Amino acid sequence: MAMLDIEGLHVAVGGKEIIRGLDLAVEAGEVHAIMGPNGSGKSTLAHVLAGREDYEVTAGRVRFLGQDLLELEPEERAALGLFLAMQYPVEIPGVSNTYFLRQAVNALRKARGEPEMKPAEFMKRLREAARQVGIREELLRRDLNAGFSGGEKKRNEILQLAMLEPKLAILDETDSGLDIDALKAVAAAVNALRTPERAFLLITHYQRLLNFIVPDRVHVMVDGRIVRSGGKDLALELEERGYEPFLQEAA
Amino acid sequence: MSTAVETVKQITEREYQWGFVTPVEEETVPPGLDEEVIRLISRKKGEPEWLTEWRLEAFRRWKTMEEPRWARVHYPPIDYQAISYFAAPKQKERPKSLDEIDPEIRRTYEKLGIPIREQEILAGVAVDYVFDSVSVATTFKKKLEELGIIFCSISEAVRDHPELVRKYLGSVVPPGDNFFAALNSAVFSDGSFVYVPPGVRCPMELSTYFRINAAGTGQFERTLIIADRGSYVSYLEGCTAPMRDENQLHAAVVELIALDEAEIKYSTVQNWYPGDREGKGGIYNFVTKRGLCKGYRSKISWTQVETGSAITWKYPSCILQGDESVGEFYSVALTNNFQQADTGTKMVHIGRRTRSRIVSKGIAAGRSQNTYRGLVRILRGAEGARNHTQCDSLLIGDRCGAHTVPYIEVKNRSARVEHEATTSKLSEEQLFYCRARGLPLEDAVALVVNGFCREVMEELPMEFAVEARKLLGISLEGSVG
Repeated sequence: MAMLDIEGLHVAVGGKEIIRGLDLAVEAGEVHAIMGPNGSGKSTLAHVLAGREDYEVTAGRVRFLGQDLLELEPEERAALGLFLAMQYPVEIPGVSNTYFLRQAVNALRKARGEPEMKPAEFMKRLREAARQVGIREELLRRDLNAGFSGGEKKRNEILQLAMLEPKLAILDETDSGLDIDALKAVAAAVNALRTPERAFLLITHYQRLLNFIVPDRVHVMVDGRIVRSGGKDLALELEERGYEPFLQEAA
Repeated sequence: MSTAVETVKQITEREYQWGFVTPVEEETVPPGLDEEVIRLISRKKGEPEWLTEWRLEAFRRWKTMEEPRWARVHYPPIDYQAISYFAAPKQKERPKSLDEIDPEIRRTYEKLGIPIREQEILAGVAVDYVFDSVSVATTFKKKLEELGIIFCSISEAVRDHPELVRKYLGSVVPPGDNFFAALNSAVFSDGSFVYVPPGVRCPMELSTYFRINAAGTGQFERTLIIADRGSYVSYLEGCTAPMRDENQLHAAVVELIALDEAEIKYSTVQNWYPGDREGKGGIYNFVTKRGLCKGYRSKISWTQVETGSAITWKYPSCILQGDESVGEFYSVALTNNFQQADTGTKMVHIGRRTRSRIVSKGIAAGRSQNTYRGLVRILRGAEGARNHTQCDSLLIGDRCGAHTVPYIEVKNRSARVEHEATTSKLSEEQLFYCRARGLPLEDAVALVVNGFCREVMEELPMEFAVEARKLLGISLEGSVG
């Protein structure tokens, strides 16, 4: 069975159906990209998978590593190995970036019945990961996301990804608002984190991210459904023709 | 999948952990208050004539006074004749050594996590144990005596150091200061006394642990701390009480005096029983705390973490009399369920170039009401005085209230006074973010709230900061929604 298996998913927000019968299967080690115009339901999908509570799943099922994902609390999903790099990471004043990450690392270890990571080891890994992602040490001491630039916030999400070592990482529009250098740096960091055991789900509006992170599969999402799936070339086709032809197909 | 609200409701509703009653035989004065009762208390404590008169004078003042009604708290009228003003565990006399203490009382403090002994957990802390109306033990007295530091119950101080007590008692909070201070002056039973001689830096934290045990009583303790020239002392008080359906009155008075270049750091972790989830029972915490920065460059710093009590009415204050003296107030006040807190500070600038800093963090959850009330008063002679006030409120849920009532009076043009205030709501986004990274909901709430309070928590002595952080988490259980 696939690592992530979504069947006939329907999701409503405030009575309005946003996802309308979505199927998707992601295998370990694969990188999938979901592309679509604004309002197609891509970010809703990311949040539903991570366990955000404002969404109502009206039909369908999602299995992750053999478990019924929708039955689990957000923290249980994280413990199982699901990670969402958020489009708009929140600020938490008074909680340092480092302290937060250590709490998160140890919360996951605790949930998995593992002992806490020793502070010295944690700091060593954190410095390594920060170097890899291109995060200045000074940002590690600051309050979580407080006063971070847009690019710094996105990089910090990837830093968390590197530290929390999920089995499935969902990147929700991580490329939005990044200049080309930052985009390359984030892409390089993500590529370095690709392993045969880890899957990625890239949610993006633009094709350019996929120049740097080459996906195994590309899905076009329109109006709450995947209307077309293909290899990496599908992204190029989108780049050329835009979403217009798919919108017409959907209609 | 359940919502955050449901999840919290499902979480084991942990009760107030300190709510047990110790089965100890207590001697209690029948309820009621008149001059006879005051004489009786004074006699029981073997007090000198002047103190009996001092009490009676306070009582006569009290009878003419009205209970303050300006605070944003609501409670039914208190029947002061229904309270017993003295309760003490039965014992022939105060035990001479720690080994002679009643095993039941010993067990009580063990259960509370502060065993009566001079070792292990509290190695760096000397503790005075006040059980209902009397002090039952004080640790590390010998070691402190070697440095000339006096740390004992106030009853002992009256007996052994009458000149100091007579000089300073009521010098900062006069008996007629306010209704509750007058009541306390009339009936105070015990409390702690500290004197640090000139130039001595007290090598350990001094601490008093207050425990209300008996039913139908109030606790009226009195604390007096004097830091002589160039000395330093850090003092901490903690408190708990059994869970009862009735409301119990706690009306304490704390007076601090700092002479030239002396510093007093006074920290409180207040965890009186707050009442149940429906608002039944709990302690009425009506307390007068004031410090006098009497000397040049003296400093008094109040740090409080207030999580308990049904009602809190408390304004630890600084009178900045000495030139260049410094007053600080760091406060976390957390209310949940039906708790009400009206707390803040007064900074009265009298001397030149006096400075004060106020950092108040109010957290309101459940149906609670949380008010910051603060006064910054700059008198005419306070040339170059400075104050900075920062006042932040955090709301959890939509049935609680946070209120900020700052009073600023400036009579000197050279003064600089700054006031910053914010109000925010604990956001679903923050909680979701933490949970998506693996933190369980309760840990997520505690993390965000502790972040909100960090500036204040950093002021607590190390030994207690960890406990206080946990206490915030526990006090918030079941608050999200």
